[in-house]
Amino acid sequence: MTAAEVNVAGGSSSRVPGRPHQEVAFVARDVYVGAVEAYRGAGFEMCADLCAVDYLLLGDRHVAEGVVPERFEVVVNLLSLSQRRRVRVRVQVPESDPSIPTLFDVYPGVEAMEREAFDLFGIVFDGHPDLTRILMPEDWEGHPLRKDYGVGRVPVQFKEAPGPR
Amino acid sequence: MSDAPPSEPSSPGAGASAGRPDEDFFARGPETGGELAGLVAETSEGGQELRRRKATGAGELRREVGAVLRLPEGHVVDPSDIDVERSDDETMIINMGPQHPSTHGVLRLMLELDGETVLRTKPVIGYLHTGMEKTGEELTYVQGATNVTRMDYLSPLHNELVFSLAAEALLGVEVPERAVWIRMLMAELNRVSSHLMWMATNGMDLGSTSMMIYGFREREMVLAFFEKTTGLRMNHNYIRPGGVAADLPDGWEDDVTVICDTVLPRLDEYDELLTGQPLFRQRTESIGKISAEEALALSVTGPILRSTGIPWDLRRAMPYLHYDQVDFDVVVGTYGDNFDRYSIRLNELRESIRIIRQVVERMPTGDYRLQDKKVTPPPRARIDESMEALIHHFKVFTEGFKVPEGEVYVAIESPRGELGCYLVSDGSSKPYRMHIRGPSFVNLQSLPVMMRGGLIADAVAVCSSVDPVMGEVDR
Repeated sequence: MTAAEVNVAGGSSSRVPGRPHQEVAFVARDVYVGAVEAYRGAGFEMCADLCAVDYLLLGDRHVAEGVVPERFEVVVNLLSLSQRRRVRVRVQVPESDPSIPTLFDVYPGVEAMEREAFDLFGIVFDGHPDLTRILMPEDWEGHPLRKDYGVGRVPVQFKEAPGPR
Repeated sequence: MSDAPPSEPSSPGAGASAGRPDEDFFARGPETGGELAGLVAETSEGGQELRRRKATGAGELRREVGAVLRLPEGHVVDPSDIDVERSDDETMIINMGPQHPSTHGVLRLMLELDGETVLRTKPVIGYLHTGMEKTGEELTYVQGATNVTRMDYLSPLHNELVFSLAAEALLGVEVPERAVWIRMLMAELNRVSSHLMWMATNGMDLGSTSMMIYGFREREMVLAFFEKTTGLRMNHNYIRPGGVAADLPDGWEDDVTVICDTVLPRLDEYDELLTGQPLFRQRTESIGKISAEEALALSVTGPILRSTGIPWDLRRAMPYLHYDQVDFDVVVGTYGDNFDRYSIRLNELRESIRIIRQVVERMPTGDYRLQDKKVTPPPRARIDESMEALIHHFKVFTEGFKVPEGEVYVAIESPRGELGCYLVSDGSSKPYRMHIRGPSFVNLQSLPVMMRGGLIADAVAVCSSVDPVMGEVDR
């Protein structure tokens, strides 16, 4: 698959008046790695950033035509140094199966970023060489950046009260 | 595909996290059941630590030995060359940090050593994690700058700048000319103070105490100017969506000129102190080498990427603010070693001062922030005479302003590399998701590559040359 085909197939780039132009491509999960490989072949030498978003509270959000919005979204920022161009690949990840293939074999630099997304959102990156928590302690329960993660659930510790754990 | 998918509870090394695993655990290896199964169940996420060879899966070990940098197999080293069977008795795993002074904060490096040679390295981070991205979702865009400024505490103004640029991109507003130039002035001054701080700590790490004193002395001048302008030496909350918080103080041109005139000749003194010194050169030249391909593959940016010879500087390549209207050179290296990274930062100081002088000359008059009462508070004097102004003031600081739905990624060149901000707005006055792409966080991945095969004495120097700021790594 070439990058041009990706753009035709699942990609779309929308322009909002008054805002700087940003290239966005929606890619389905099952063709995700192939699509990113195609971008790499098309001159995107670097994966600048990878992060996830939990859209739990935004049910009817706007995505491109033909794309079914899911709870999670993995956002990959690719950077082409030669063309001075960025493209943002957005992949929908369903809540029932929060997993996505790893990009490690395409861009080894996503190693820490995927670990961060796993740690904070609980999205499993299949094939990642060392998918462990990176920011939170190893025995932490839950994934803090999820929208349904209970913030402030740990009670204030007064002197006599038992500890949270 | 690794040999042990991490989603399975039987992934090796999961036990390493539950308290202190004894030697027996390593001897048993990961495949035994029984007691280990209990450990695994408690910590299904797996261990973060560097593990003994016996306890590491063959696939992971190959990757780690081939490149603790975790390049794909074969990318760096022929897998057949790797001594997977090497006995743990010959090697030793030690911790450097998290309290080691030369890790610049709470970075913990686990090193596998053969004698004095570093075989594998694994940075373990998270000791300074305070959930700032989560906090950012609870703060309005007005308050947001206060939060992000604490991430990279050596270049706080860059954090505020990237957050403000992202918020303004979503708002679709343009800030006045003077605000743009003030932002450039402050950003470049901050680059000077950040690089001076790096010169100081790097000198300290290599044993030059004088350099540390000199670096801090010069940085103090810049911080004094920041205090005069913003009220604070660090964590300024000065650059906000819509402009800057206050105009430059009277006589700022003189202050800035004094800083430029003082720092510039002192850079030549640093040259004499360090650049030509044989001991310094021996400790930096061809130490911690990284190639351009490795740097690109590992998403490394900033001085480390430029040290490999790739002239990539966002100020030049994808200009923001008015960097396309000023003259400056992008400094690049050749060998990608410690010395190149040192000279790049030293010369970037000179380029920053060059930019600052141009900004002083070209600073326009006018408003220092947007006069849009929906985004920025009205001037203080108006509040006394106008009820409407008082209402807007109250609204901006209690509810904040609403930002149209959308998502945007904005990146700037911080002293450490590409500092990005990904904002998702749901149309309310708080970001739905705020993600900061910290350059230190990504650059840390290059440590294992640079350290492999080097001496443990150089590990400190290599770590220093990456210039990690742990506040930004852990956020």
